[in-house]
Amino acid sequence: MSWQGLKLWFHSLASPPHLYRFAATIEPWLAWPAWILLGIGLYAGLFIAPADYQQGDAFRIIYVHVPSAWLSMAGYAALAVASAIGLIWRIKLAHWVAHAAAPIGASFTFLALVTGSIWGKPMWGAWWVWDARLTSELVLLFLFLGYMALAQAFDDPRKGDRAAALLAVVGVVNLPIIKFSVDWWSTLHQPATIAKFGKPSISWDMLWPLLAVWLGATLLFAALTLLRTRAIILERERSQSWVAEALR
Amino acid sequence: MSATAALVVRDLRVAARRSGEVLTPPLFFIIVTTIVPLGLEPEPVLLAKVAPGILWTGALLASLLGLERLFAADFDDGTLEQLVLAPAPLALLVLGKVTAHWMLTGLPLLLVAPLCAELLALPHAGLPTLLLGLALGTPTLALLGALGAALTVGARRSALLLPLLVLPLAVPLLIFGARAAALAADGEDPTGPLLLVAALAVFALSLAPAAIAAALRISLE
Repeated sequence: MSWQGLKLWFHSLASPPHLYRFAATIEPWLAWPAWILLGIGLYAGLFIAPADYQQGDAFRIIYVHVPSAWLSMAGYAALAVASAIGLIWRIKLAHWVAHAAAPIGASFTFLALVTGSIWGKPMWGAWWVWDARLTSELVLLFLFLGYMALAQAFDDPRKGDRAAALLAVVGVVNLPIIKFSVDWWSTLHQPATIAKFGKPSISWDMLWPLLAVWLGATLLFAALTLLRTRAIILERERSQSWVAEALR
Repeated sequence: MSATAALVVRDLRVAARRSGEVLTPPLFFIIVTTIVPLGLEPEPVLLAKVAPGILWTGALLASLLGLERLFAADFDDGTLEQLVLAPAPLALLVLGKVTAHWMLTGLPLLLVAPLCAELLALPHAGLPTLLLGLALGTPTLALLGALGAALTVGARRSALLLPLLVLPLAVPLLIFGARAAALAADGEDPTGPLLLVAALAVFALSLAPAAIAAALRISLE
C-alpha cells in the first residue's frame, strides 16, 4: 500500500461506517489470542508454577492482580489519549472509543482493588490496608467513575463527549500529583510494609504465565473496547441509513 | 484586568443582595467539624490528633457548597454567553468569577477556622500553620471546584456529580494541608508540606483558569 493510500485509509477510520467494519474485522484476531493466552497463562499460573517459598500459594493471585493493575493504568492512559485526540481534532469517534474503554478500565481497576485486598488478608492480616498502591488505585477508580458519570450527564450527548474528555485530560495531568502525594502520605504513616515482591528477580517458571496473562488481558481489553465501540457507533448513528443496511 | 475586577465587584454585589447564602459555607463548616467529636470519644488527646484531618475534610466539603450555582445563573440568563464573546480573555474573566467565589466561600472558612480548631482541641502551635495552609489551599479548592462547576453547567443532577468530579482531584491538597497542620501541632517543622500546598496553589492558578474556560466553551457550544 502506498503512503498516500495508507494515509487515506487512516483518515477513513474517523468515519463511523469504516471504523464499524474495520473493528468487526480485527476483533476476532484480538479476542481469540486473548482467550487462548488467558487460558494457558491462568492454568499455568494456578497449577504449574511453583509455590512461592514465603507466600505459598497466596502469591498466585498476581496472575489476576498484576494484569488488572496494569490495565487500570494503561486503560486510563488510553482513555486520556483518545479524549485528547477527540478534543483537539474534534473527532467524535475518538470520544466513543474513550467511552467504550472507560467501563472496561474501571472494571479492571475494581478487580485490581479486590484482588489486592484478598491478597492483603493473609499477608497484612487485614482486608484493607492504606497501602500507597491500593490507595492510588482507589482514587483512579473514582476518576473512572467520574468520567463515566459526566459523559452521561448531558441531554446532548456531544456535550457529554467533550466535557468528559476534558475531565479525562485534567485527570491525567493530576494523576502523577495524586500518586506522589499518596506515596508520600503512605510512607509517613505506615510502619515498614512487607515488600510485595521481596526477591529481586522472579523465577522464569513463575514469570512466563504472568507474561501470558498480561498479554492476554491486554488483548482482551482491546477486543472488548472495539466491541463496545461498535455498539456505541450503532447507538449514536442509529438514525443513519448505513446502520439500517449494516444490520440487515 | 479591569474586566476581571469588574466581574469580581459584580459577583460580590449580586451575592450581597442574597446575603443569606454567604453564611451557608461557614455554618456548614462549623456543623461538620463539630459533629465529628459527637461520634468519637471527646478525649482532648484523641481530638487533637484527628483535628487537622477533620478541619481539612470539612473545608473540602464546605467548598462544594454553592458550586453548582457558580455558573448556572449566568448560564441561564445568557451572561455566560456574553462573557465568552467578550474581547477580554475568558481565562481572566473566569479568574474574576473564581476570586469572587473564593471571597464568598473560602475566606469565611478562614475566619471561623480558629473557632472550630479550638472546639477540636487543636494545639495552639498548629493554628498558624492550619490558617496559612487554608489560606493557600482554599483558592486551589475554589479553582478545582470551579472546574467541576464549569464541566457540569447544563448537565442533569450537577449537584450530585460535583463531589465525584472534584474530590478525587483534591486528594493531594487534603494530604499535604492536613499533614502540615498535624506536624505543626506536634511541634515539628511543617515547611515541607506547606510548600507543597503552595506549589499546588501555583499549579492550579496557572492551569485551572484555562481549563475552566475550555469547559465553559464546551458547555456553550
